[in-house]
Amino acid sequence: MADLAQAAQRAHPLQTGHAGVGSVSVALADNATRVSLRARPDAVAALSKALGLSLPLKPKTTTSQGNRAALWIGPDEWLLLDVDGSSLVADLAKVKVLHSAVDVSHRNVGIVVSGKGADAVVNGGCPQDLSLGAFPVGAASRTVLGKIEIVLWRTAEDTFRVECWRSFSGYAYSFLQESARDVAV
Amino acid sequence: MSIQSHSGSNRIAGVGRLVPAKTVRFTFDGQSLTGLEGDTLASALLANGIHLVGRSFKYHRPRGILSAGSEEPNALVDVERDKSRKQPNVRATVQEIYDGLQVKSQNRWPSLTFDIGAINDVFSPMLPAGFYYKTFMWPKFAWKTIYEPKIRAAAGLGVVPGEADTDRYSNRFAHCDVLVVGGGAAGLAAALSAAQTGAKVIICDEQAEAGGALRYETDVTIDGKPGYDWATETLASLRALENVTVLTRTTAFGYYAQNFVGLVERISDHLSNPGSDMPRERLWQVRARKVILATGAIERHMVFANNDRPGILLASAARAYLNQYGVAVGRKVGVYTANDSAYAAAIDLKRAGVDVPVIVDTRDNPSSPVIEEARSLGIDVVTGHAVFSAGGKRRVSSISIRPNKGGNERKVVVDALIMSAGWTPSVHLFSQSRGKVAWDAANERFLPGTYAQDCVSVGACNGSDGLQQALDEAVAAGGKLAGETGFKGKTAALKATGGTDWVLGMIGSAPGAGADTTVKAFVDFQNDVTAKDVRLAVREGMHSIEHVKRFTTNGMATDQGKTSNLHGLAIAAEALNRPIPAVGLTTFRAPFTPVTFGAIVNHARHDLFDPTRRTPMHAWHAAQGAAFEDVGQWKRAWYYPQAGEDMHAAVNRECVAVRNQAGIFDASTLGKIEVVGPDAAKFLELLYTNPWEKLGVGRLRYGIMLREDGFIYDDGVVGRLAEDRFHVTTTTGGAPRVMNHMEDYLQTEFPHLNVWLTSTTEQWAVIAVQGPKAREIIAPLVEGIDLSNEAMPHMSVREGRICGVPTRLFRMSFTGEAGYEINVPADYGRAVWEAVYERGKPLGLTPYGTEAMHVLRAEKGYIIVGQDTDGTVTPQDAGLTWAIGKNKTDYVGIRGLLRRDLVADGRKQLVGLKTKDAHVVLEEGAQIVANPNQPVPMTMIGHVTSSYWSQNCGRSIAMALVIDGTKRLGETLYVPMPDGVIEVEVTGTVFFDKKGERLNG
Amino acid sequence: MLLIKCPYCEEERPELEFRNAGEAHLVRSPAISEQSDEDFAAFLYFRQNPKGLQFERWRHIHGCGRFFNAVRDSVSDKFLTVYKAGEPRPDVETLLNPETVSDAEPAKKRAPRAKKGEL
Repeated sequence: MADLAQAAQRAHPLQTGHAGVGSVSVALADNATRVSLRARPDAVAALSKALGLSLPLKPKTTTSQGNRAALWIGPDEWLLLDVDGSSLVADLAKVKVLHSAVDVSHRNVGIVVSGKGADAVVNGGCPQDLSLGAFPVGAASRTVLGKIEIVLWRTAEDTFRVECWRSFSGYAYSFLQESARDVAV
Repeated sequence: MSIQSHSGSNRIAGVGRLVPAKTVRFTFDGQSLTGLEGDTLASALLANGIHLVGRSFKYHRPRGILSAGSEEPNALVDVERDKSRKQPNVRATVQEIYDGLQVKSQNRWPSLTFDIGAINDVFSPMLPAGFYYKTFMWPKFAWKTIYEPKIRAAAGLGVVPGEADTDRYSNRFAHCDVLVVGGGAAGLAAALSAAQTGAKVIICDEQAEAGGALRYETDVTIDGKPGYDWATETLASLRALENVTVLTRTTAFGYYAQNFVGLVERISDHLSNPGSDMPRERLWQVRARKVILATGAIERHMVFANNDRPGILLASAARAYLNQYGVAVGRKVGVYTANDSAYAAAIDLKRAGVDVPVIVDTRDNPSSPVIEEARSLGIDVVTGHAVFSAGGKRRVSSISIRPNKGGNERKVVVDALIMSAGWTPSVHLFSQSRGKVAWDAANERFLPGTYAQDCVSVGACNGSDGLQQALDEAVAAGGKLAGETGFKGKTAALKATGGTDWVLGMIGSAPGAGADTTVKAFVDFQNDVTAKDVRLAVREGMHSIEHVKRFTTNGMATDQGKTSNLHGLAIAAEALNRPIPAVGLTTFRAPFTPVTFGAIVNHARHDLFDPTRRTPMHAWHAAQGAAFEDVGQWKRAWYYPQAGEDMHAAVNRECVAVRNQAGIFDASTLGKIEVVGPDAAKFLELLYTNPWEKLGVGRLRYGIMLREDGFIYDDGVVGRLAEDRFHVTTTTGGAPRVMNHMEDYLQTEFPHLNVWLTSTTEQWAVIAVQGPKAREIIAPLVEGIDLSNEAMPHMSVREGRICGVPTRLFRMSFTGEAGYEINVPADYGRAVWEAVYERGKPLGLTPYGTEAMHVLRAEKGYIIVGQDTDGTVTPQDAGLTWAIGKNKTDYVGIRGLLRRDLVADGRKQLVGLKTKDAHVVLEEGAQIVANPNQPVPMTMIGHVTSSYWSQNCGRSIAMALVIDGTKRLGETLYVPMPDGVIEVEVTGTVFFDKKGERLNG
Repeated sequence: MLLIKCPYCEEERPELEFRNAGEAHLVRSPAISEQSDEDFAAFLYFRQNPKGLQFERWRHIHGCGRFFNAVRDSVSDKFLTVYKAGEPRPDVETLLNPETVSDAEPAKKRAPRAKKGEL
């Protein structure tokens, strides 16, 4: 029943849009394709080839090519991000080497914190050292924000992307706004 | 002495650093007063001639202001912005005044000047240390009902605010190379020296301004500038550096493992109209590679009779009030000292025009330039003498002086007395860092001894007494520590002149308050502990300082004995006739000064107290008027009351609808784990009791997970999507721990398996459609899946599309009806739910909540892990033996299940219970007995785990864990309740559709 | 809050990212169903909990997700070393006196207990 079938529209868990407090803005990221990729070192070359980027092998690093990015999460784990509707899942489905690719596009929500003082806003709840020396542009890590787990990715000197699970996005968004109000003082 | 009256009669023109034109209005106990911008409450009260600010804790004695800093034991007040922003026990010496500040004194009734509780002072011979422990022991019941409430009402300090705090609090994690605690001369010098190397530096000081003692040491120069000017300029230049964070009004309250230091920054307590976004306080959680402690020293009072009278202050405090705030603490100020440092205060006061009639020095023949200077100013310096007592009640009016060794007494009229027994290095944070202090016998003080962490102490807190010595040490430490973090650079030496060597003095009771006396010579002002009390503790057998402390409560008040610890220790040591180090020092614990709960919880209030997790369909449930149930952090739709329905009626209606037509249920919160890899089945074989290798692709199986001890840990339905891909579900509450449990075994016990686990709980929204019409309802929406019983029987899974979006469609049931669980990517959950509901509504599709779900599953005897199991239930106990793979040689829990106690008779087994009166619904948790006529306490043989009214069965139903339950089928047991005994029959656990025919629809 | 070095992330991270996972080097027998009551009890229940150096497991649960082992002094809370799951149990003497031991003859090998992850 095609007419009924077309009824299903996406609904983002957060409808709050964008909020700026002082110098820092806390905004929702666009929908994205996300894959949790798991593999051993011997599969990295084949996977990198299929993805069109070199999977990062050093802790806390990322690589990217165009809209596609790979975040090192653990020694056999990457979070892959691409724009909504990308061929990420299909590209991986073709790879024959041993790996696990699981589509988690709807599991996560992205929030972008940007502007002068963005690091302090994140440090309102994240205990990692976010100085440029310790957490340079391009660094990414799974960590905590207040009472939830997040993946934190510094995309520019004053810009962080926070990825969290869907049902925690309300908390993450409120927390970052609250922290932004503090930093703006 | 020229008096400048509009900001207080004791304000001296031309003295101090405050600007006379900048006046501030505030009230104290309703009285409107004027102070100056920059005043603390204490300096403003003193400027207005007010010394009496509170009543003491136990004896309700009038108390004044002792100090000019955070060590203040006496001047505790209540500050109130409005009903919800009210703070008791604020130290007047720390609180800055602002326009409109409202302050009340504490611990007095009906008024500060006339306090009924002061009767305790008259009866004080009957209230010695330990009095409460001994007196209120009999009769036992009276402690809770009479004694404790009365004592608590009469004692105590401030009053807890009655309303929720509306202030905001925030948090910041911070990292630095060098953290400097203390912004006095040493701290500033250390910070400057570290900052010059380029290292990242944080410096904090609890005062509004930096400088420490430089604020009152007017005889000091550093780098050729007056000390205070140097401090101000240095602070400004530090602020201007990008690599330095300067935090004033910030107390380092706790020093924890690995140089983790807690700071509280007071952001708006000094502001008249703080902005609404402005937090009141900010907690800083600092991880420093190196820590420099420059915490200074705290002056001790003299321990003599009535040394607590208002108007008796520390000499350094009087000097700070004069030189910083331009306030004379009196017009006729006596001095009582055991060291040189009080002379400087006397000299400054005298020079400012204040009458200083006498300096009483306990030392026999002291010699020092300051003594000569005091004499040359015409001050009567009396050595070898002691102040035996202070006269006056609400304000000191005289002092009685006698030679130490006894002799003629003379009385000197004063309106204030300043005193100094010497200086106690502030080793609190060092001690908190687990460093061991060492006794400096020559100077009778404890100093940092063995370090436990990567820190150094500099300046007065390290026993470096001369200013030049302190600066040299600080500059060197700043450069060295920064260097150790990788920043090398030149550090400039600082040249200082002047300053006081803060050494020597006395500890313990002064002459006239010795062991042969019964005078009230206070050691601990805040807890009303006298020298006599400490001696009594020793006489009563307390030989350890830890016992003395607890018996007398010396040092246990909110000031943590900053002024009293060493005195108490010395008096105890004397009474014990043992050297001080042998008696020992109590360990200092965090926090250094009290920390508000607000700062500790900071952001974690209201919505941010705990994450609230909502499913993709949450808003729909809310719009339908659903009542929600908290399940862990999740909000789950509990039931959907229609107009006029109570919970009972709604649940009955929902339960009946599911069995007669169909119901729709939000199961999104179920945990989901995707298990991928060629060894996926092998892995599940090891983690679950069931066999998995032979489960066909597209089939589902109910699995049970055990812990190694053999007890049920979790359960759930597992679907095989491909040879190497499983979709595992867990209980809602169990999802995170099950994932952790599986990862643990995969990583550390079975790392050879080629398999990975990914949490997909939130990837999928899950819509359960259950009931005889389930297939009819969803069929038109589904594409690419043959829903016929033959193609897709009970316990199977297919991938296809629903409403145009991808789905993993599970044919399964937790209700006993034929049904489906529709998994769709979470963002589509709401739209698909609505489409299914619109399609099903004409067919009687009814939304049902978690309560109906519980009833429906109980009708079928399906267990809920955590409700019908409690961590001591095996699969056999729960009647799930069928779920154990008989031919398996290994799985987690296989050995545990073989334990003798787990296979022996007498285990509690899960059974059904039917009340003899079908309308009686048992209480969950109720105990079960075999014979209700036995004497109490009865032998309990089991308990009710689940109990509901079942509209579908037309009666109540229950499940219970009962000893040897399966052997008791048909027996009558009893559930004794407060209002009577309920008779029950033991039955099987399935109450509805015993043959299970409806599943195949 | 402790600072814990994760051997997989190769840097120190705040304790908030970690979860302790009990004593390390406990052996789950490959033939567990045939284990005697005594051996199974030792595996399931008995723990050292020493005052001083202890071998313990941690999981970098909010980081890379890996389980690893650590040697920590339970009195001072100081970590002497961390190592990946499956790596051999380090020699305590070497950890406590790195210089003296390396200069002297090879430290006498203690028969290490089998470790989690080495099976």
